[in-house]
Amino acid sequence: MIQYIFIAFVILTVVSAGVVLWSKNVLYAAFSLLMTFLGMAALYVLAGADFLAITQILVYVGGILVLLIFGVMLTNQKGNKQNVKNDIFTESTNRVLGFLVAGGVFALLFYTFARANFIEVQSALFETVEPTATTQTIGIQLMTNFVLPFEASGILLMATLIGAAYLSKKNSE
Amino acid sequence: MDNSFLPYYLLTSALLFSIGLAVVVTKRNVIVVLMGIELMLNAVNLNLVAFSKNDPNLQGQMFSLFVIVVAVCESVVALAIILKAYEYFKTVNLDEISEVKER
Repeated sequence: MIQYIFIAFVILTVVSAGVVLWSKNVLYAAFSLLMTFLGMAALYVLAGADFLAITQILVYVGGILVLLIFGVMLTNQKGNKQNVKNDIFTESTNRVLGFLVAGGVFALLFYTFARANFIEVQSALFETVEPTATTQTIGIQLMTNFVLPFEASGILLMATLIGAAYLSKKNSE
Repeated sequence: MDNSFLPYYLLTSALLFSIGLAVVVTKRNVIVVLMGIELMLNAVNLNLVAFSKNDPNLQGQMFSLFVIVVAVCESVVALAIILKAYEYFKTVNLDEISEVKER
């Protein structure tokens, strides 16, 4: 049963990521990216990462995607254009070369994953345990082993806030 | 729970990474290029989460949490820059934003 659910979510994720690649309309690409993020959250749950799945939905679907859609809306204002082209339809260039590079990277990764026996390596590292809620462990880890990256990401978020507010303010001169 | 799904997670993340790379290389709209970068970061996160299954210390999940934080910062600053560039150039097509490029 669980493998059918897994396969369904893998197909959802990969197909909607493919729509991002094939679709010419930027808004359709944004909405299909929503399905990719949701499918990826489900894959996180199936890998036993419940806190990370909720974080994925909160941050990506609730934050980044809304930001991207606002970006699409703000960069397609009418009457503000010199050319008649509509920017909601994206052009693509370097198609052959781009797909060659991407296919090459995929072939390299696939070859590596097929050759290396990651299941045995990973089973040798950790013994099999029943999946439990990860929130408490993540909280303890954030305050003990990962306290320096935690504080550093706090400073990074504040710098981003100030930088984005400074960049997007209207020029007065 | 066993980790027999691990190769399929790796295959999925390899597919997503290649799709994101193709989006970044071929598309000419800045916002779609940003979407491709997000896809690539997500593919890396999927790998980290899949490898951190059964880990009592959750090191992989912690790392991907920080990757999410950095991805958020990156996309916020990128969108602010895109809005500034749109104000100046009146377009988001990457081929037309070429003022600094050597001719």
